[in-house]
Amino acid sequence: MNIFKYRPLVMVSSVFLGMLLTDARAELKVGLVLEKSGKDDKSFNASAYQGLKRAEKELGVMTKTVEAPDNSAYESLQRAFAEKKFDLIVAIGFHQLEAVKKNAERFPDQKFLLVDEDAKKPNVRSVMFEEHEGSYLVGALAAMHAPSGKVGFIGGMDVPLIRRFQMGYEAGVKKVNPKAQLIVNYLGVTGEAWNNPPKAKEQALDQFQRGADVIYVAAGNSGMGVFDAAEAKKKLAIGVDSNQNWIKPGYVLSSMMKRVDDSVFETVKMMKDGKFTPGLVRVGLKSKGVDYALDQHNDKLVTADDRKKLEAIRADIISGKIKVPDYYISMKKK
Amino acid sequence: MLDSFILPVCRVSAPLILAALGGMWCERSGVIQIGLEGFMLVGSFFGAVYALNTSNPYIGLLMAGVAGMVLSSLYGMVVLRYRANQIVSGTAINLFAMGIPPFFSKIWFDSTGSTPPIPTAAQFQIAPLWITLALVALSAWAYHSSRFGLRLRFAGEHPDALQSAGVSISWKRWQGILISGFLAGLAGGTLSTYLSSSFIRNMSAGRGFIALAAVILGKWKPIPTVLACLLFGVTEIAQIRLQGVVLWGAEPVPVQWIQILPYLITIIVLAGAVGRSESPKALGNS
Repeated sequence: MNIFKYRPLVMVSSVFLGMLLTDARAELKVGLVLEKSGKDDKSFNASAYQGLKRAEKELGVMTKTVEAPDNSAYESLQRAFAEKKFDLIVAIGFHQLEAVKKNAERFPDQKFLLVDEDAKKPNVRSVMFEEHEGSYLVGALAAMHAPSGKVGFIGGMDVPLIRRFQMGYEAGVKKVNPKAQLIVNYLGVTGEAWNNPPKAKEQALDQFQRGADVIYVAAGNSGMGVFDAAEAKKKLAIGVDSNQNWIKPGYVLSSMMKRVDDSVFETVKMMKDGKFTPGLVRVGLKSKGVDYALDQHNDKLVTADDRKKLEAIRADIISGKIKVPDYYISMKKK
Repeated sequence: MLDSFILPVCRVSAPLILAALGGMWCERSGVIQIGLEGFMLVGSFFGAVYALNTSNPYIGLLMAGVAGMVLSSLYGMVVLRYRANQIVSGTAINLFAMGIPPFFSKIWFDSTGSTPPIPTAAQFQIAPLWITLALVALSAWAYHSSRFGLRLRFAGEHPDALQSAGVSISWKRWQGILISGFLAGLAGGTLSTYLSSSFIRNMSAGRGFIALAAVILGKWKPIPTVLACLLFGVTEIAQIRLQGVVLWGAEPVPVQWIQILPYLITIIVLAGAVGRSESPKALGNS
């Protein structure tokens, strides 16, 4: 008998055998679905990706990451993970809400983690960040570094989430300098707003031209343009979501960090320990879910005096003495 | 005024102008060019890559043009050699172009569609504006008074007359396509090496199509096309400036209203303000 005659059969069966064996290892599988701006946005999605990589290294889970080419792809990407029996599917960004709702119903045995929205399903853990609290802190910091009394804000897509950043920031600015003037720009009303650094740079140059000393930017990939402008004009910018201080050391005053990485890591850890809990979790200053970034890159910019004041404000927010206005709540009132 | 208005307008218009000039040359030769967006995208990617690797923005910009030209030669092959439908193949080129940067950035930078930041020393200060100006002047001269320009225009207007004069129509159209690829690639290069400091996924953000609108608005003539691009530049800057400004009443103008400005102006201008915009007679026939 010539074994080579059966080569295709042998190959196919060994592939199946291999698949069976990998499944039999019963490793925890985590799938991450990122937004269009992708794992290298140095911001929101990058933070989620880092959290997952940390989980892979420290907890020994198997991970896979995909990026959605557009907003209509979320549902099929999540479903692809679910059909391949991934144990936990992590969906990053409010755009994925509807897709998570549908897939969570369709695959009730698998778990989902949704960041930035509340899916209200029994197998979904939803994490929402109190962005306004962190933005309040960096707003106060911005006002301390704005002798002219003018500060700027540049938002990506004009959506309630980013308005929430702006509202908290504005309140923080006014807390330190009640007479301060805020210049606001949004990049657009479509998804392209997250990926347009040339336009963000023009907006930032314009704001600096009009006298702003510090600009806080919440615009994903477009934020790079604001850092370029800050460097060109020798002014300051404040980054968002990830710690972005390293991008232009000396010109990035600080970053308002959303610890998406921690949320992802902790949820994977829960899965690993069999302690996954569904439902909405809100993380803010108190639970260190949001914070301002301090490292070797902005060590000289943020003075000891600034830090003392910021810590006092932080304590007041946590104790409830300072009420940070929340755009989501003000929106409901309207 | 210079710093707060004129320079910003020139900056945001420069990529539009370059791409629109390319589109004009190509369409004047009789080939519809909706692939500008794609050429810009690969241009901005390779521009960033070469500026990073050589620490020289001029080489980056040049390679951006070359990258656009290489992609345009593919378009030329499809529509000139194989006579495919120009609209369909142009769309296909745009879709194809979207996949190129992620593919190479994965290999070179292990990133899914962006490059590392270009160091400040390898960025342009103002040179691309002068390059744009020079190319505008060159284009206007070639269009009106060079033999090359006249022959190329004939390829789009009266190809038969050109042929009876013993000039190859397809060679003229090849030239038109390659020029458009080079110029749109340069336009993309200015995005990543001049207007920002790295390549970001899909960073052309529809500018190629705006440039195409400018070509139509400018009636396929160089100076009017440049003016149309500047008009778009002005609305872009006005858009930035008008945000959050209270014009009447107590509430500022909603951002959505301001952002429809460029589109509104295009419709108004095309609908009659500049009169009939006549395309080259043989446009799209091949």
